[in-house]
Amino acid sequence: MNNKILLNPPKNILNIFYKKEFILFLVLILLIIFNSQISPYFLDLYNLIDSTFLFSEKAIIALSMTFVIIARQIDLSVASIIAVSSCVLGYTTSIGLPTFYVISLTLFSGGVCGAFNGFIITRYAIPSIIVTIGTMSLFRGLAYSFLEDQYYNKFPDIVVKLGSDYLFGYIPYSFLTFIILTLCFAFVLHKTIIGKRIFAIGNNPDAAKYTGIDVDKYTFVLFTMNGIFSALASIFLSGRLSSVRPNIAFGWELQIITMVVFGGVYIYGGSGSILGVFISIIILGMLSFGLGLLNVPGVGIIIFTGLLLIISIGLPSVIKYFRNQNE
Amino acid sequence: MILKFIKNRDFILFTIIFIILVAVGISNPNFVTLKSLSDVLTDTSILIILALSQMIVILIRAIDLSVASNLALSGMLISLLSQIYPDLPLIFFILLSCGIGTLLGLFNGLVIAVLKVPFIVTTLGTLSIYRGLIYFVSDGKQVYSHEFSDSFLSFIHVRFLSLTSLFWFAVCVFIIIYILLNYTKFGRNIYALGGNPEAAKYIGINENRYIIAAYVLSGFFAGLCGYLWVARYSVASTQIAIGFELTVISACVVGGISVMGGLGTVTGCLLGALLIGLIRNALPAIDISQFWQLAISGAIILIAIIINTKTEQRKEKSIMLEKD
Repeated sequence: MNNKILLNPPKNILNIFYKKEFILFLVLILLIIFNSQISPYFLDLYNLIDSTFLFSEKAIIALSMTFVIIARQIDLSVASIIAVSSCVLGYTTSIGLPTFYVISLTLFSGGVCGAFNGFIITRYAIPSIIVTIGTMSLFRGLAYSFLEDQYYNKFPDIVVKLGSDYLFGYIPYSFLTFIILTLCFAFVLHKTIIGKRIFAIGNNPDAAKYTGIDVDKYTFVLFTMNGIFSALASIFLSGRLSSVRPNIAFGWELQIITMVVFGGVYIYGGSGSILGVFISIIILGMLSFGLGLLNVPGVGIIIFTGLLLIISIGLPSVIKYFRNQNE
Repeated sequence: MILKFIKNRDFILFTIIFIILVAVGISNPNFVTLKSLSDVLTDTSILIILALSQMIVILIRAIDLSVASNLALSGMLISLLSQIYPDLPLIFFILLSCGIGTLLGLFNGLVIAVLKVPFIVTTLGTLSIYRGLIYFVSDGKQVYSHEFSDSFLSFIHVRFLSLTSLFWFAVCVFIIIYILLNYTKFGRNIYALGGNPEAAKYIGINENRYIIAAYVLSGFFAGLCGYLWVARYSVASTQIAIGFELTVISACVVGGISVMGGLGTVTGCLLGALLIGLIRNALPAIDISQFWQLAISGAIILIAIIINTKTEQRKEKSIMLEKD
């Protein structure tokens, strides 16, 4: 009976209720209503806009991580790449390079780290989770051995402006970048042949290879891209914090993967959408902002995120179990 | 015959450990005294116990990333208890710590086996949940050494044959897991399940039961290490053992446990843990800054994985050639 539904979806307006994105959207609306009832400060436009500073950097990485996870890979080293690129950013500024070179070298360093991941994964055919567990400590360790107990606090003006200033006095540059990137990523993933191929690789890498897709090339490029976007996020983050230590962005990989998986992207690849990830990012952002207004400490938010991650993935099998019981 | 023995992985690891010992001993003779080596063994004991229990999980193609948080939460809970009731018997604390660990491991196992949440998502989630709960129960405060009873702290420093009881704990765990994996039905089924889950199902192995069992064992030993860790460092804080799960996994990987499942020996795992422990202790002895340690262990993990995969792939190739 289930098969029939899958094969011939009836043209019914009610179908929209079965869409993951729609359910996420409902959750978002409920969350906003709930938050605005609990705290009068929640629906303040300035507060809301300012709260985007807290998640925009992670969100930028989450977008490229979506590609990586849809292609049946995972990258646990993103936070450590941020540490490396921030060090490059701080170092190149401290030796007085012009701003253009500072930013290009920062992005380049992220790309090199990502390419290193991609090279090991494709060249030796090792699962990405194990490789990136290794590079997670390697990259973080490089940042530690380079900076030791020092820190950088001088960055080019434009980096500081990007990290903490607003366009027209309203829209933070980091949030604006995130919105533009969301549109680009959605276009590439859902409207181009590249996106179709990434889905194909995630669904069945072997079959994809036989249809003539260069799976290794795609994997390599995706990891390199993930590195570059981590470096981009590190520029915004360093500009906002205006101080770089080797432990910068510690533990972010988990939060970023939570954003992606909560947005309905299947952790073993092959399905997911940018829209879902976008809504999930906004939900998680509003959630921690709301909890923050209620004076819930950061630890509470950590526990909450972990629970949310497990529940959001475990729930479908619970529902399925009860549905089978009823039948 | 001899050639086969030399190509044996465990033998290679043993040789590497020996070479490092000699090399470090030449540059710093104080490192190879009996006292200092026994310190190294004491320092590595917790890593050995956790690596051996992690090995069971890795054998069935999964990973338990929550062990360090599990260890820290069990350790913190018994520390808080000993703060209030310092006079309870020691064995009670140890059993309680193991019990808490077992429950936390059981939760992992149930979520993975029953709710079918992928292991990586589950254990990443519980990694932060358990760590968050430590802040929650302790209010972010530390339990200091003077707040523990004397027997609580001194037990693991009792020496037998000039080795601390902490190390003897590791020896016991090694023997238990060695017997469990090599001489029982449970162990054979674990290897079968990791080697080929589909085939294992056809011969009637209940996959879910073994997944839960593996995570329960991993949780039990993490709980045991919770007591050992707190007693060894005489302090319980929210930060204990943070990031230690990666060291544990790298010990397994260096020891030749294949992350593709079903491959690896208990002795190899022990040697892998010893090698990592030795390197961690040897770096300060030859004046390498502590800031380099993380990068060096990351590099070692990567090299070990690459070597592992290459030897595995070569074996697969040779099997295919024999068929032809």
